[in-house]
Amino acid sequence: MANYSTNDFRSGLKVMLDGEPCSILDNEFVKPGKGQAFNRVRLRNLKTGRVWERTFRSGETLEGADVVDRTMQYLYTDGEFWYFMEPDTFEQHQADAKAVGEALHWLKEQDPCEVTLYNGAPLAVTPPNFVELEIVETDPGLKGDTAQGGSKPAKLSTGAVVKVPLFINQGEVIRVDTRSGEYQNRVSK
Amino acid sequence: MDWQPSASLELLRARAGLLARIRQFFADRSVLEVETPLLCGRGITDPSIEALLVERGASLEHPRYLQTSPEYAMKRLLACHGQSVFQLARAFRDGEAGARHNPEFTLLEWYRPGFDHHALMAEVAQLVRYCLGERPVHSYSYRQLFREMLELDPFTAALAVLEEAARSRFDAGTIAGDRDLWLDLLMSHVIEPRLAGKGMCFVYDYPASQAALARISEIDGARVGHRFELYVDGMELANGYFELADAAEQRRRFDHDNVRRREHGLPERPLDERLLAALEHGLPECSGVALGVDRLLMLVTGTTDIRKVLAFDWARA
Repeated sequence: MANYSTNDFRSGLKVMLDGEPCSILDNEFVKPGKGQAFNRVRLRNLKTGRVWERTFRSGETLEGADVVDRTMQYLYTDGEFWYFMEPDTFEQHQADAKAVGEALHWLKEQDPCEVTLYNGAPLAVTPPNFVELEIVETDPGLKGDTAQGGSKPAKLSTGAVVKVPLFINQGEVIRVDTRSGEYQNRVSK
Repeated sequence: MDWQPSASLELLRARAGLLARIRQFFADRSVLEVETPLLCGRGITDPSIEALLVERGASLEHPRYLQTSPEYAMKRLLACHGQSVFQLARAFRDGEAGARHNPEFTLLEWYRPGFDHHALMAEVAQLVRYCLGERPVHSYSYRQLFREMLELDPFTAALAVLEEAARSRFDAGTIAGDRDLWLDLLMSHVIEPRLAGKGMCFVYDYPASQAALARISEIDGARVGHRFELYVDGMELANGYFELADAAEQRRRFDHDNVRRREHGLPERPLDERLLAALEHGLPECSGVALGVDRLLMLVTGTTDIRKVLAFDWARA
């Protein structure tokens, strides 16, 4: 991989820091009028998700990380691994529970997901921003209560539990924002 | 195409207003406005500042440097006429770009014969208040500041103590270096942010190794450079000196800069012999200061990114 100097550090650039793949979040140039120049860099460790700040001398370099994001179709899980397929080559990748992480709650077969590959292997999975999932368990709906009012928990086909309005019934399909885990609307079938 | 300006019309108006106000401030004090060449035959030896070089053109016998500040030319005027002068000048520094840096920027630089650095700090405070409105003014010696904020003496603490003080507060990775490197890091990473709530903060009497072009004397057993910096709301705004007038000492410092340039693998820079000749002739006892006008405009307008106060930032120039 190429080496990148602090001048090339832009948000989104993937680099190796202490042997771990990281994504640069921001890069602040620090230099007193008289004195040496530094770069204060915030990075996210792509394995742990941890955000870290480190200072470099301006002009220092880091090795690029072999990290790419690909849109892939989620196929199925065998309980141990989750399988994704590249749409053009039909190549399949297996992601472990660590790579799937929180995305687990939102994976629906056939849905397109963003899979981050590190040295060719899945490192992280990002579900689509919105997914449509069926409610498998919730208290019976209250007729007529369509506008405001309280909410109740509902269990989705993936096992995730979200808060839904009182009028929503078991067996209905709802749209959820996967970034916040919030109910959006009912999907008419 | 990103042909549009990076600054709004409102900010362009604020800039025009600020420049007029600065000129009024100096007119009221009978300080003469001057202009000196942007393209100079000699560059700067300071290892932490890189000049941009103009290499081609029928008028160029040798490459010329875009000035990094108008200091040397203004000192030559002072050596000849002994008169207070100010200048609103474009300056250029290679590789300096960020939220508070643009490689091309506007400096306000002025010189006051008969002023020491304390008298000039008082005048800087007046100018900033004139442009920015009332602000509390605080003043710390460099030593006092480090003692109060970090509980260490920047003049006597061992290198390992400075390094530990820095590493315990932020991740400095593989950085290694001398005392000045760790002092710079502590200043920019720990002290500067803490000056944010303090209005105008003057810091004066730096370690002799950071004197740059200031005269040096001994205070409380430490060799200090009579240099000052002004921070406003935690942003570095100005740097000034009780000016070194000794030509031989100036030559030694330039030579030492070139030694450090060699050590760091940077190109050496020929000395500005015209400046040295002017000092030889005699520079009146004076103080001078350079103030970042774009940053002052950021403070006046409450802008946090320098690009927004420039008609066209570096990427659109």
